[in-house]
Amino acid sequence: MSDRPFRTRGIAASIRRLRTARPSERREWLFALALLTPACVMLAVFVAYPFGRGIWLSFSDTLIGREGAFVGVSNFVKLWQDSIFQRTTQNTFIYTAIATVLKLALGMAVALMLNMLIGFKRLLRASMLLPWIIPTVLSTLAWKWMFDPTFSIVNWILYHLGFINVRVDWLGGPVAAMGSVILVNAWRGMPFFAITLLAGLQTINPDIHEAAAIDGASAWQRFWRVTWPLLMPVTMVVMLFSVIQTFADFQLVYILTGGGPANSTHLFATYAYQIGVQTGKLGEGAATSLAMFPFLFLVVVFQLWYVRRGEAR
Amino acid sequence: MVSGAWWKRWLCLYLPLGAVVVLTLFPFYYMAVTAVRPDREMYIPWNRPNFAPFWTMHPTLEHFALLFEETLFARWLLNTLVISLGSTIISLFCGLLAAYALARLRFPGGGAMGTGIFVTYLVPQTLLFIPLGDVIRTFHLGDTPWALILTYPTFLIPFCTWLMMGYFRTIPRELEECAQIDGASRIQAMVRIVFPVAMPGILSAGIFAFTLSWNEFLYALVFLSSATQKTIPIGVVSELVRGDTFFWGPLMAGALLGSIPVAFIYSFFVEQYVSAMTGAVKG
Repeated sequence: MSDRPFRTRGIAASIRRLRTARPSERREWLFALALLTPACVMLAVFVAYPFGRGIWLSFSDTLIGREGAFVGVSNFVKLWQDSIFQRTTQNTFIYTAIATVLKLALGMAVALMLNMLIGFKRLLRASMLLPWIIPTVLSTLAWKWMFDPTFSIVNWILYHLGFINVRVDWLGGPVAAMGSVILVNAWRGMPFFAITLLAGLQTINPDIHEAAAIDGASAWQRFWRVTWPLLMPVTMVVMLFSVIQTFADFQLVYILTGGGPANSTHLFATYAYQIGVQTGKLGEGAATSLAMFPFLFLVVVFQLWYVRRGEAR
Repeated sequence: MVSGAWWKRWLCLYLPLGAVVVLTLFPFYYMAVTAVRPDREMYIPWNRPNFAPFWTMHPTLEHFALLFEETLFARWLLNTLVISLGSTIISLFCGLLAAYALARLRFPGGGAMGTGIFVTYLVPQTLLFIPLGDVIRTFHLGDTPWALILTYPTFLIPFCTWLMMGYFRTIPRELEECAQIDGASRIQAMVRIVFPVAMPGILSAGIFAFTLSWNEFLYALVFLSSATQKTIPIGVVSELVRGDTFFWGPLMAGALLGSIPVAFIYSFFVEQYVSAMTGAVKG
């Protein structure tokens, strides 16, 4: 079991084992139970209970400071008909898709280049991880300042390089704002891809590449036929992690646009915050953030399936 | 390997990598420059000829002074430190014990438990923040450091457990079996033999958990309200932005000071970070 974390025994089999156990086994079980208790208590009180509470809230009209009554699915019906929520749903999927593809492509390119580098590898790796380490809110503030409509350094650079003649209001229009947010997300998330993929690349035996090269495979072919398939397990896991985090992102949008202009760049989390915290409608807010659940659930199930399949082989 | 002429190596390797490094680090450089730039130099529109954005001739510490004299920045720093340390200690304690049980002991339901913890690890904060805020209010913990010290472990415990499980599996069982043959109890073998050997893993998990709590934003934003209780990210964002007015000098000074402790720890433990990161992915 310890080598296969996802192997679960049937409940009936577990109960049978409880009955037929020897005393020494029972002692081990009690010990395990004692060791697991602190973690389980914490997670039960602050994850499982809130989750249940969240489901109840989403079916109620609770406001801050006033316990509500059961209202059935009316919160969800209201969201379904809400044009801002429709926009939010669309935004979240676009944001997740584009940002993930960007991060994967850039991260892969950087990982491949770092893997070829002979000197300075550690130094470059260390400096590239900074965006990932520094508090996101604080680095996002720097981006907000760089995108400032009047004092934008990005505009200054592009203007002096001859790319633009008039100022670009990076966070001003719906499309530009969404693009800017995606850009910052890619900037922040790329190092995670690059470093984990690099770790994966370093486990690939160079002899395989050499053999392929001797057989006449070009660099492009070697990437797609050798590196990419061998790296697939790492890539999948990194992508799934990243998809979950990007899909449930809050900080970037909260700082850069606050969901604006005119509610056009909300993600589920920022819209839930606006309804549930700023307006105080806990019921509707909880329903909005639970709207993330089906997709997250699918991703997690897929991830568990993928990891288990990898172990079965 | 990029083989062939030197220019090919430059074109395919050094130049793009250089560009990537510049792009990743530029926002931090700009943060630092803004933090020491006097206001009269800062607010010049970008298309004026005398706009010199990359450096300043008159560096000043006025923004830092404002931060410490007119805001509660020192207090926020202390709050962040206390909260991060508290939640890291709780999480390491719970995570270490749970990981040992899951990686080493045989008991019914262990596999399901491991899966459960892994799934909790994947639950994003944004899914639960509204009901969790409600729970915090019920326990009368709102606007106290305990609101964060007790809730940060929800994402730190699964992380620590997962990381430590991976680490324990690399330690040979024979080690504790020998200790037990020599008369040590199971608990003694765990505390005296396995935990010391696992120290590098514990350190990785600890500094990583510390960084994650230092960087957390959403729970702190929702659970804290009074200025004296805030952590750095919340304090900087809420007290230095008034309506639509951003005080960019102090904001960037605060962002810089809030980043330095993390960057400092990071510079000493880069290898642990990388192993924690890749370890957390591979499990």
